Amino acid sequence: MASTTAQRTPEFERHGLTDEQLVAMLRVMILHRTLENRGFALNRQGKIPFASASEGHEAVQAGAAMAFVRGKDILAPYYRDLGLDLGIGLTSYEVMLSLFARIDDHSGGRQFPHHYASKKLGLYTISSVIAAQTSHAVGAAYALKLGKEHGRAVLTTFGDGATSEGEWHESVNFAAIHKLPIVFLCENNEWAISTPLSAQMGQPDVYKRAEGYGMPGVVVDGFDPIACYAVTKEAMDRARHGGGPTLVEAKCYRFLSHTTDDDDRSYRTREEVAERRKDDPVPKFERLLVEQGVLTPAALDELKASILAETNDATDRAEAVPYPRPEDLFSRLYEGPWEPWQ
Amino acid sequence: MAVATSSSQVLNNVEAVRATLYEALKNDDKVLILGEDVGNRGNVFLITKDFVKEFGTERIIDTPIAEASIVGIAVGMAMEGLRPIAEIQFADFIYPSFNQIVGEAAKTRYRSNGEYTCPMVIRTPYGGGVRGALSHSVSVEALFYHVPGLKIVVPSFPADVKGLLNAAIDDPDPVLFLEHKKTYRLIKGEVPDGHYVIPIGKADVKKEGSQLTVVSYGLYVHWALEAANQLESEGMSVEVIDLRSVRPMDRTAILQSVRKTRKLLIIHEDNKFGGIGAEISAMVAEEALFDLDAPIRRLAAPDVPAMGYAMPLEEAYMSSPAKMADAMREMVKF
Repeated sequence: MASTTAQRTPEFERHGLTDEQLVAMLRVMILHRTLENRGFALNRQGKIPFASASEGHEAVQAGAAMAFVRGKDILAPYYRDLGLDLGIGLTSYEVMLSLFARIDDHSGGRQFPHHYASKKLGLYTISSVIAAQTSHAVGAAYALKLGKEHGRAVLTTFGDGATSEGEWHESVNFAAIHKLPIVFLCENNEWAISTPLSAQMGQPDVYKRAEGYGMPGVVVDGFDPIACYAVTKEAMDRARHGGGPTLVEAKCYRFLSHTTDDDDRSYRTREEVAERRKDDPVPKFERLLVEQGVLTPAALDELKASILAETNDATDRAEAVPYPRPEDLFSRLYEGPWEPWQ
Repeated sequence: MAVATSSSQVLNNVEAVRATLYEALKNDDKVLILGEDVGNRGNVFLITKDFVKEFGTERIIDTPIAEASIVGIAVGMAMEGLRPIAEIQFADFIYPSFNQIVGEAAKTRYRSNGEYTCPMVIRTPYGGGVRGALSHSVSVEALFYHVPGLKIVVPSFPADVKGLLNAAIDDPDPVLFLEHKKTYRLIKGEVPDGHYVIPIGKADVKKEGSQLTVVSYGLYVHWALEAANQLESEGMSVEVIDLRSVRPMDRTAILQSVRKTRKLLIIHEDNKFGGIGAEISAMVAEEALFDLDAPIRRLAAPDVPAMGYAMPLEEAYMSSPAKMADAMREMVKF
């Protein structure tokens, strides 16, 4: 067990991250998991219709978020990016408004959970259509380059499933042609809902495709938040300084079913999931930081307690917010007044 | 015959598109054009010929052959504050970009509750009568006009092309701009100089009449006018409305005219089933059934995928001024 007097082992590579940043990453990881589990619980209680899962993605998302510069960079994520969204500044309350589909949600209760939109955060609006956000990200990166906005970059994320879409290829190719300031981050969790990698691609290493496009490709352990930070940071810095795009592949795993409407027992064994759980990145990172003396066991307990309190508070506050009104169905379709055809 | 004056010039439709794009690029450096062969070649109809020399490859972007991302990249550019004009080389090639138009561009404002917007134009040549066969002749407006969040413009006269393309480029929401390619060089008209805008969603009465309302758009407006003039020489009075936009659609103009003439004929090049005419018929039936003296009639293409390459197949698909005149006579005499 870790103790407050734990010695830092020489192999602890922190890539320049301060204790404060390391704890911030851990906080995002635990908050991510806590909010997600709350979403599933609320669904089982019949309080919300739906929630999607990203357990197993905490490390890559917290790491990548730490490489994102708030107020400058742009994130075009996918719907399984709760931790990344939290890591760039989304609040627990905003997450709960989304889960409860309340009027103050970013989309006004129109969108599925975790489809946010915030200019302040640089967080792009997304649909649930796989890989559609990658071409938006490329367009945004083109705008940054055209505007000579040095020092800014776009991060776009997607699962392994997205890399089968034609539009994913089109987007990566276009970014390579124009040396755009963008990072393509693949969160490879090995499953496209029920379809394993072996049925998705003949070459299971997504990053190897980068060479074919003419850009660097990097692979990283998606359960290691510090390593994920380091490769994303390097790629984002390259993008910010005119070095063009990078394809990063973070190998992780999806521990839960795709969503509350899915049952993964129908397509993968409990043994497989249990085996991968042994590497669960959240307790692993907790142990690492305690062992390395970055935070004490007591501080960890305190952190978890504060996250639980924050989650409870966000849940209660969001639940108390009203639903959108029926007439809100008609707003903000076009700019200005618009007469519906009915 | 159109005549140039001190404050206007005579242009065909292709020249009107070109002149309008040129002015937009000149006046706003946030405007850019992306598409297949728009740069080096200057577009397959030479609409953007030599633009790349003046505005550079950064603003006149020759894209790979990848229609989905041509539109998708434009969506991202628009969300980031640029004013992209995406070109789909032929409307027949627009299908790979369907999701980006319908699922993304049209929903950007709505799904983000106004946080993000998508001010962009998608221009594409459509339509037949040019031996375009199955994949260079289709009409696509009905596939898209079902979609709230889009605006769809289908101009037929050079002056309308300019005013509506200016409106489309200025518009804060995505606009699909359909250009009938048979009208590109066939149709000439007087185009006022300087910047002006024709509001999207306003129809135009191209010929006033009292015995029948004909609603059309695109190439067929010109043929309908030819037929209506023929009928006039036979002593019959036909009103011809050019919709100019199919979404939003100018209900007021249609209903006003129908209440006056008490008869409605809708003519379009697209096939009949689920076409623009179906919506107009339903709307008029709901709003003005008891003002009608005759059943509503639609003159539209047969229910086949598109016109064939062989001349007899193209002719069998397309209407003609003579066929239109026949339908008009029957309606007036009903």
